[in-house]
Order: sequence, then structure tokens, then C-alpha cells
Amino acid sequence: MTLSTTTTAVNFGAVPDETGRFGPYGGKYVPETLMPALDELEEAYLNARVDKAFMAELAHLQHTYVGRPTPLTYARRLSEELGGARIYLKREDLAHSGAHKINNALGQALLMKRKMGKTRIVAETGAGQHGVATATAAALLGIGCIVYMGTVDMERQKPNVFRMQLLGTEVRAVESGSQTLKDAINEAIRDWVTNVESTHYLLGSALGPHPYPAMVRDFQSIIGLEAHSQMQDPAEGGPGRLPDAIVACVGGGSNAIGIFHPFLEEESVRLIGVEAGGHGIEDGAHAARFADPERGRLGVLQGTKSYVLQDGDGQIALTHSISAGLDYASVGPEHAWLRDVGRSEYTYCTDAQTLKGFKALCELEGIIPALESAHAIGYVLELAPQMAEDQVILVNLSGRGDKDLGTVMQTIGGDI
Amino acid sequence: MRGVERIEQVFRKLKKAGVAAFMPYHAMGYPTRQKSLEIIAVLAEAGADLVEFGIPHSDPLADGPTVQTATYAALVGGTTVADCLQMARELRDQGVDTPFCAMSYYNPILAFGEERFANAAAKAGIDGLIVPDLPPGESELLEPACRAAGLATVYMLAPTSTEDRIKSVARHATGFIYLVSVTGITGARAELPPGLPAFVERVRRHTDLPLAVGFGISTGPQAAKVSEIVDGVIVGSALVKAAGSEAGVDAVRSLAEQLAAGSRGG
Ligand SMILES: Cc1ncc(COP(=O)(O)O)c(C=O)c1O
Repeated sequence: MTLSTTTTAVNFGAVPDETGRFGPYGGKYVPETLMPALDELEEAYLNARVDKAFMAELAHLQHTYVGRPTPLTYARRLSEELGGARIYLKREDLAHSGAHKINNALGQALLMKRKMGKTRIVAETGAGQHGVATATAAALLGIGCIVYMGTVDMERQKPNVFRMQLLGTEVRAVESGSQTLKDAINEAIRDWVTNVESTHYLLGSALGPHPYPAMVRDFQSIIGLEAHSQMQDPAEGGPGRLPDAIVACVGGGSNAIGIFHPFLEEESVRLIGVEAGGHGIEDGAHAARFADPERGRLGVLQGTKSYVLQDGDGQIALTHSISAGLDYASVGPEHAWLRDVGRSEYTYCTDAQTLKGFKALCELEGIIPALESAHAIGYVLELAPQMAEDQVILVNLSGRGDKDLGTVMQTIGGDI
Repeated sequence: MRGVERIEQVFRKLKKAGVAAFMPYHAMGYPTRQKSLEIIAVLAEAGADLVEFGIPHSDPLADGPTVQTATYAALVGGTTVADCLQMARELRDQGVDTPFCAMSYYNPILAFGEERFANAAAKAGIDGLIVPDLPPGESELLEPACRAAGLATVYMLAPTSTEDRIKSVARHATGFIYLVSVTGITGARAELPPGLPAFVERVRRHTDLPLAVGFGISTGPQAAKVSEIVDGVIVGSALVKAAGSEAGVDAVRSLAEQLAAGSRGG
């Protein structure tokens, strides 16, 4: 599953290898029952990628249904207010169903429909955006769909629960463990193991066993491919050049890898992922896998080897983030590898700084971002003033914030 | 005799006698540390031929609600990997000499250190290792470490396993092969799956290793039925449920006796 070769020292096109590894990360750490399903999925996917009819159908749906290409917006007032680099927003919030998640959900659902003999989809969701995207794709293609969601997340993302139900999906509450994304993934995998003959697991981020990290990355790479040409084209609203830095929030890492990947060989472009800093690293209540030297270590969670927040005994740590979509103990294996080889860097944004980013984008640009995406904005509030006025930042605005109004109202109440 | 040899010896002995092994699972630390030690001793007395020694993990994705609840309670109670090994040692010191197969997930072992774990486990009196989320192909570090320490590396096969997967497991496994009876997670089930004999037959063609069946077996009559076609009968959730019931250790004893009798052919 490799893309083009490269002339730089690191061969970005060579990962994952045929065993699904990105350097020491990735792999297939799943119960034996699922191994044949992973092989079948990989085969279907490799076949679809070179199938012109399949790719044309997907492109057609992306254009006529999702609304792609999503626009590039120059954030003039935000840039002027911060007084540094010019900030451009890749508007995944304008994709149908409200986030980048639809790129992958539609891709996998179509793959299942056209290339695999399966009839039923299960998925997990944290913020509910992947669940809504999957429910949307399932309705469009006429596929039965069940979404697992932790009860804590159901409470904080209520509108999305109802949205999924309206779309004809059954939402199953997950009461085990921390009742958030990790537990929803466990339940979805248990359902998949049980019903593997009929069921496709539509995993929502660049996580899990091979081939998911590579497949999800490829379905999301449309974000970066579009942005790459839009940035260089003033007619598309771009500055007429590549950005100096790209900033994206990182939960499992799908929106980030989607925008990073087509820029990997552009050495002048810094790639910056922003993890959930929660109440701060010292506090322990966060989901910043790369930033916590004590608990963020090499580990295996839910099928893949990567950085995992865990205690000394290898038990998975409880995480916290104001945004359900970043509230997860592990990170996509390709991010861990890109960080090791020095191609991407990772920082974090606390809940408090995220809310500043959220408000700034609302008030200065008329855009209500998802709390996940507001992590990227929150970090840009610090980054942009440190950069020169002739420099350019591209932010992946991964989703819109309608789903988060309840959380934000509770948190800053009368402030907004 | 210890390690993989202790396991092989048990299966050889039972094969001569023409009966199947009774192989109960228990989650160490559940319902308490002390009770779990008693339960292992009781299982051995009741006729266990091999004990699956459950080391709890926070995210047991191959387990159903019964084992999930028990291992979660064990973790809340403070059970650690090191203490599970210590419990094995204490049981050996008490004279329990039933083979022990540690059963956990990969991350706790990775965090402990693969080589360090294999050595510490062998030293504590553990004889083999089962890691449901570590199929052959991902165990290139743990497998040699186990081999060097003398531990059996038990792998699982499922009804979905292809011929290639069966061959690969047959090449890598030592001690016995764990056949997952159904596509699914652990948990007691009312019926044995109708495809089981054909599945066993498919695996048999590729290996002389003892085959044990687990997932879903909960009663003596079911154990008797399974014992007709394989070398070992694995029971987990039903016994764990008994351990958590009001009758506790007594309930475990009486169920284990029925299951042991079943495994010996009724
Ligand atoms: C809008 C939005 N952005 C980002 C994420 C985080 O996921 P990922 O890191 O895979 O992009 C989510 C997850 O739910 C989301 O809804």
C-alpha cells in the first residue's frame, strides 16, 4: 500500500510496509477471529484504489453530495488581530454533515457496498461526528448501521445522538470503562468479532489495525490535495504559495494526517499537530499522548502500536478533554512515526486556551468551530504572533461547532 | 517438571486415559486477592488439568460482560501484573502443581517488558502464555522470549481462520492450540455451535498438538460433548460468574466438579 517514491532521505511513500508497520508503529494486534476480515478489507481496498469506476463514483459523490472541494478561507480579521502570519482555513466544517469525517465514512461505506459482500456497518463515535457521518453514508447507500457511543459522550453531544437516530441509525449506549471513545471502540470491535461474516467495522480515525490507518489516511488525503492546489491559486482564495506551517488538531489523527500527507515532501512546510491539553499536563487530566513523558509511552491499544497514555502496569489511562473527539488515549501510528523521523511536530492546547480560540473564531470570522478544531485555533493564537507578516499558516478547520453549543454554554455560560 | 513440558505431560497422560483436559479460567484478584487464590486451589482440587491464570487488563476487547466486570473489579482492587506473578508463586509454594497458562492482553506484557515478563513468569511457576490480541506475526519478540524461558506459546484459532492462518498457528504454537468455538467474545452460551466438529477437523489436518475448545461452554453436559472431539475443554465466564455469586467459592467448586466430570466423558 505505497504511494509515490520520494527523493528525500526519508521515504514517506514506503509506509506502511506489507505488515502494516510505520517504522516500529502500527501492526495488527487483534483477536485471531478478525485476521481474515482485515485481509479481506485490505484486498478490497487495494482493488478499489486502482478501480477507475470505483474512484470515479467516489469522486462524483464527494462533489455532488459532500460538496467538495471545500473552500479555502482567508481569516483576515483573525490574522490582523494577532498581528503576525496570515491565517488560512481549510473549511472541512462546510462538508456535508459538518466535519471531515464524511470523507472517510463515505469512502469506506462505498467500499463495503461495491467491493465486499457485507450488509451491515458498525462504528464507534466520540464527538458524534464520525457517527453522524457514518449514519449519513449508510442512509445514502441503503446500509443498516449501528453506532456505539459512551454514555458520557452521549450526554455532552446530545444533538448528534438525535441526528444519528433521525438518519435511521441505532445508537447503542456503552456503559463500560470510562464511557467515552475508547470504550465505544471496544464495544464496536466486540460486535464486529461476533458478526464479522456480515459486518464491516467502519473505524473513524487513522487508528486501529492495518489496513485502517493507511486506508483512512488515503480517504482523508483529499483535504490536503485540495489545499495544496488552492493555496497556490489566488483564484481559489489562496495566497499564491505554499504555507509555512500547517496546524491541525489530533485525536486519532485523521484530519491531521489528511491535510499533512500531501505536504510531506514539501520540506519548507512545518506540520504541527495539536493534542488535547485538557486541564494541563501536570494535572494529568488531558489526552496529550506526546506531551506527557511519564504516561505517554509505546503501547498497544485497540489493534495498533503507538504512543499510548497508560500507567506503569500497562493499564490504559483515563483521559480528559473538553472535546469528545480528542478524548482518546492513543494516536494514529503514522503520527508517531512522522514525529520520530522529525517530519511533524506535536504540541497541545488546554481546554481554557481552546475556548479562547473558539470565541476568537466566532467573533472575528463568523465561524463557530467544533471544539476539536478550536484546539488548532487556540494554538494558532500563540503561534501566529511569533511569525512574520509575510508568512502563512494553514489551519485545518476540521468541523463545525453546532454539536458543541451545550458544552460551551455550560463552560463559559454568560460569557458568550 | 515445568513450563511447556508440564503442559505436554498433562495432555500425554490424559490422552492415554482417553479423556479430555478440564481447563478453567479465573481472573486473578477477583473477587479479592485472597478469594482468587482460594479459587485456584479449589479448581485444582476439583480436577482442573490446567488453569488459565487471568491477568487483568483495562481494555479486554475479546471478553464479554462477565470477564470484563471481573477483571475491572480486580484492577479497581489494586491487582497488578507483578502481584499476579506473586500469586502464582504462592500457589506453587502451597503445593498446587497444576499447569498454569497466564492469559492477558499484550499491553500489560509490553509495559512489563517482554523478556522480563517471560523470565519472571517462568520463575513464578507459570508454564505458558495466551495473549488474545497477539496473533503469530506480531509476537516476534514475545515468542522467542517465552521459548528461552521454557514457556508454552499458545495461540488461538477461530472458525473464520483460513488454511494459511491455521498453518501459521500450527507452526508457532507450543503446548496446545486454543480453538475459539464461535466468532465472538467470551461468555456463557446456551448452545454449542453446530459447526464445531468441522472446524476441529479442519485444524486437525494441520497439527498433532492438543486442541482445546473455549468460549461459551458452561455446563457439564456441554463439556462432555466437547470432550468427544478435542483434547481440552476451556471454561471461563460460567466459573467467573459463580465466583462472583453469593455462594462464591462453594459455587465454583460444585460447577468445577461437574465440568471436570463432563470433560472425562460424563
Ligand atoms: C470536528 C472533528 N475534528 C477532529 C476530530 C478528531 O479526530 P481526528 O484526529 O481523527 O481528526 C473529531 C472527532 O470526532 C471531530 O469531530
